[in-house]
Amino acid sequence: MSLLSKKNMGFIKDPLMDNNPIATQVLGICSALAVTVQLQTAIVMSIAVILVLAFSNVLISLVRNKVPSNIRIIVELAIIATLVILVDQVLKAFLYDISKQLSVFVGLIITNCIVLGRAEAFALQNKPWPSFLDGIGNGLGYSMILITVAFGREILGSGTLFGFQLIPDAAYAAGYQNMGLMVLAPGAFILLGLIIWVQRTITGITE
Amino acid sequence: MENLISLFVESVFVNNILLAYFLGMCSFLAVSKRVDTAIGLGLAVIFVEVITVPVNWALNHYLLAPGALGWAGLPDVDLSFLSFISFIAVIAALVQLVEMIVDRYSPALYSALGIFLPLIAVNCAILGASLFMVEREYTFVESAVFGLGSGTGFLLAIAAMAAIREKLRYSHIPAGLRGLGITMLITGLMAMAFMSFSGINL
Repeated sequence: MSLLSKKNMGFIKDPLMDNNPIATQVLGICSALAVTVQLQTAIVMSIAVILVLAFSNVLISLVRNKVPSNIRIIVELAIIATLVILVDQVLKAFLYDISKQLSVFVGLIITNCIVLGRAEAFALQNKPWPSFLDGIGNGLGYSMILITVAFGREILGSGTLFGFQLIPDAAYAAGYQNMGLMVLAPGAFILLGLIIWVQRTITGITE
Repeated sequence: MENLISLFVESVFVNNILLAYFLGMCSFLAVSKRVDTAIGLGLAVIFVEVITVPVNWALNHYLLAPGALGWAGLPDVDLSFLSFISFIAVIAALVQLVEMIVDRYSPALYSALGIFLPLIAVNCAILGASLFMVEREYTFVESAVFGLGSGTGFLLAIAAMAAIREKLRYSHIPAGLRGLGITMLITGLMAMAFMSFSGINL
């Protein structure tokens, strides 16, 4: 079986829409919202989650036949926590300002349900390579929602993208106002609710 | 004393760990279908937070923070990079311990909380409270009050949500919005309501 066969590509494509970790599997919403006031932090957070997810899946898949099942949760947590510490230290060393903005939410990747959820649901039953692809796919699905929410919140809430002003001054002069609600917590909940509505209408999934 | 009460009120209402910081959403969404189970989970969260936040404070203060090992003659050692893994280990171990103690001394409470106790180990609200405690440099007493306050805030939010969702069963909701979608929108409205508490200072 080739490394990028149709079945393997499915592991990446499937979580993007039909089986999206946030909108369909309802995993990992905690950290998804807090970091979405700006696009920049959302993208850094996405990259961090993709890396942790992919490598935790690979490592857990490698040890899956050696770990007794009654202590597997603590082993998984130890692997995930180690990876998160690595990511956190790298962020502190190279992107100090962003790491300050992300504050506790990098550490909270440990308890992000996506990571443990995919480890339990996928990596424990599959070989390392499909697990790696599953990690990348789910990470991308998570990032997609995160970036969409951040895009909406930054442009509606501050009129900027990546910190650059996008709404012209003339619009403000004509009476346009930034939507202050979007910067605050309720804006994130409502925007995510609407995105889930759209996603579920397209995919036809209902509860 | 006054600032402790203020800290408590603030962590329950103004900075509600769920509605302002989005922590604990996974279990909030999964367990808010019935009021009694929601209250059970909320109580378990309070219980675990009141214990884990001060324990992690002690761990951080005497072992992990820069210079914390001064009492052992090692003032230059900085183990703060180990904080994530040791906090999660403390939480997982304490949850296990609490589970065993409750099982031994109060079987009734155990059967009421049974399923939720192990789930709490991976509840973001618990680890989040410990990480906030480090970031905001609380003292030992403050960290205990903060644990109690953020747990109570979680209980309040999840119980209110469960009550709303029980009523919601009789309403006609567009197909794509049913379940997760409408829950997020209602959470947004609840967060908005809680924002009216901001600015309250004791």
